[in-house]
Amino acid sequence: MAEFKFINGNEAVAYGVKLARAGVVAAYPITPQTKIVEKLSELIADRELEAEFVKVESEHSAMAACLGAASVGARAFTASSSQGLAYMFEMLSYTAGSRFPVVMAIVNRAMAPPWNIWCDHQDSISCRDTGWIQYYVESAQEALDTVVQAFRVSEHPEVMTPAMVCLDAFVLSHTEEPVAIPSQDAVDAFLPPYNPPYRMDVENPMTFSAGAFPDSYMEFKYGQHLAFQVVPRVMREVEDDWERKVGRSYGGPLEAYRCEDAEVALVTVGTATGTARLVVDSLRESGRKAGLIKLRLFRPFPVEELRETARSLKAIGVLDRNLSFGFEGAVFSEVKAALYGLPARPLAAGFVAGLGGRDINVEQVEQMYDRLESASRTGLMEREVEFIGLKGVAV
Amino acid sequence: MSGVISVRPKDLPFDESVVGHLGCSGCGAFVAVRLALKILGDQTMLAIPACCVLATTCFYPQVPLKVPTLMTAFPATAATASGIAAGLRHLGKKKEITVVGLAGDGGTADIGIQALSGALDRGDQILYICYDNEAYMNTGVQRSGATPKGARTTTTPGGQRGMWESSPKKDLLSIVAAHGIPYAATSCISFPQDFMQKLAKAAQVEDGPSFIHVLAPCPPGWGYASEKTIELGKLAVEAGVFILREWENGEMKVTRKLRKRKPLAEYLKPQARFRHLTDEEIKAMEEEIARAWETIS
Repeated sequence: MAEFKFINGNEAVAYGVKLARAGVVAAYPITPQTKIVEKLSELIADRELEAEFVKVESEHSAMAACLGAASVGARAFTASSSQGLAYMFEMLSYTAGSRFPVVMAIVNRAMAPPWNIWCDHQDSISCRDTGWIQYYVESAQEALDTVVQAFRVSEHPEVMTPAMVCLDAFVLSHTEEPVAIPSQDAVDAFLPPYNPPYRMDVENPMTFSAGAFPDSYMEFKYGQHLAFQVVPRVMREVEDDWERKVGRSYGGPLEAYRCEDAEVALVTVGTATGTARLVVDSLRESGRKAGLIKLRLFRPFPVEELRETARSLKAIGVLDRNLSFGFEGAVFSEVKAALYGLPARPLAAGFVAGLGGRDINVEQVEQMYDRLESASRTGLMEREVEFIGLKGVAV
Repeated sequence: MSGVISVRPKDLPFDESVVGHLGCSGCGAFVAVRLALKILGDQTMLAIPACCVLATTCFYPQVPLKVPTLMTAFPATAATASGIAAGLRHLGKKKEITVVGLAGDGGTADIGIQALSGALDRGDQILYICYDNEAYMNTGVQRSGATPKGARTTTTPGGQRGMWESSPKKDLLSIVAAHGIPYAATSCISFPQDFMQKLAKAAQVEDGPSFIHVLAPCPPGWGYASEKTIELGKLAVEAGVFILREWENGEMKVTRKLRKRKPLAEYLKPQARFRHLTDEEIKAMEEEIARAWETIS
């Protein structure tokens, strides 16, 4: 039986790691992630989690230690944010290229300068091509559930790829909500002990993450590419099993909310989804055909799922809490690229909002839907990219 | 743990754990790696970052290392070894396996020093071997923190400004010892008995990290004929330039004292990297060496 706890997103992540029986946790403090490793330290100190805690001196070393631990067959976890993730960047490709299924929580925080500890997605989005699976979650409950599922997806023999579980700073990391903690028995039945096909073993010595000349390097990268391609399928299978054993599901790589007969829809990532749900509900009450697409999986990008949901829309908007300077939000680029292969595509608009922790409120989201509806009526999208909630001139 | 561990060459295994490499002829680093693996045996795991040894052994599909090896990023040797040790501890396998970080001088004294300090500070049970060829040799002889004062490298080319290496070699052993770890030592490949005994001691440490800093001359980097590697290593020690020391039980001692130092010129003259030095400069360096010996003895 599940037990309910009133906890924040960071603690929910820590409980997910405990239930997944991680064997090595290596982490370095950074706001707003710190509570995750504090909680894990407590759980390890009190023997509630039988794991080694490596008190590293940096995020770079945190990921290096996870690489080492995973190489001998231990289930490894770390967490980071913002500058810490940037400092770790070099090791991300090592872990991914070595095909070690490390799981890391990212509490999304803006990049400095200006120095800022609040939420946006610039940190993890900038790691798009490091070879890591990226999940984004909406609630503390989803954070817990996704951490456990992430281990199983990453450790799948066809996948063997590390994963980031990304949650919004403060709005999720430091906000408490009732979270159902699944029983250890249920999670044990869901997630078997980590038993990789290859590991560092003195009885069967092998070299890991070796060099490769131009005549073989591309095939290694193609192998990673193929592994990513099976992730959406594996994610759905894993989630189905989670639903059977724990009784919850989030709809796979993306959740289409009230999209059945929708003419316009907004794509959201993270906690802004909650605000958009409220807006969609109220628009629906007044008879407007609005839907919502919550993107849970950013890498690999769920192209098929998005096409399926978006093909009948007249206009699609994307709410980006990140910015590719001089161009647009990264999710908007991805959405457009995914839809380009359709014979008929909806009009598309990108909205950049909520950078550096600026609130995304109901009025702003309504404004986005207004723009989408107006475009769907006229058949013209006036401005393709718009900053929402901007106060005025640039500083 | 203290005292001398006897290593008899006739007891060493005949089998090699490094079956070939793409290194230069006369490479000192491979003498260090060969001897180290003979002492450490097959219950060993290696973490190696970008360095000469890695670039000349770890390329798919021809890997000549007969112990499990994990390649890692340049700054990450010690942290990677810590992770291996933590993983093995969690799986109940640490006791029988020696986890070794093996890196060059740049990967240790410069870019890897933060991770090394972290691992030493935590007291992780790893053995760290720094083979020191006194510059970034793998990338083409750029100066590192371990490059000695006065040396020419490709980034200290002298030129009109006389821009040779201007700062003395980092004292890695003292930096490491300052962490209060159980055992650390310097050695040189030209003194194999000394190197292997110290390595055997380091491998037996059960209550924390151990560290070996081994001087490994480099023919192309130092600019000498490849058959002179052993000879130059000997001269480095006998001219008092590289001091063989041991940190044990909280005490630093010189393990090879010199009754009479060989003239410094005998060591410097065969090396192209020191060819520009004048007799006066060599004399001044000799005086510095004399002062260093006075300080430590």
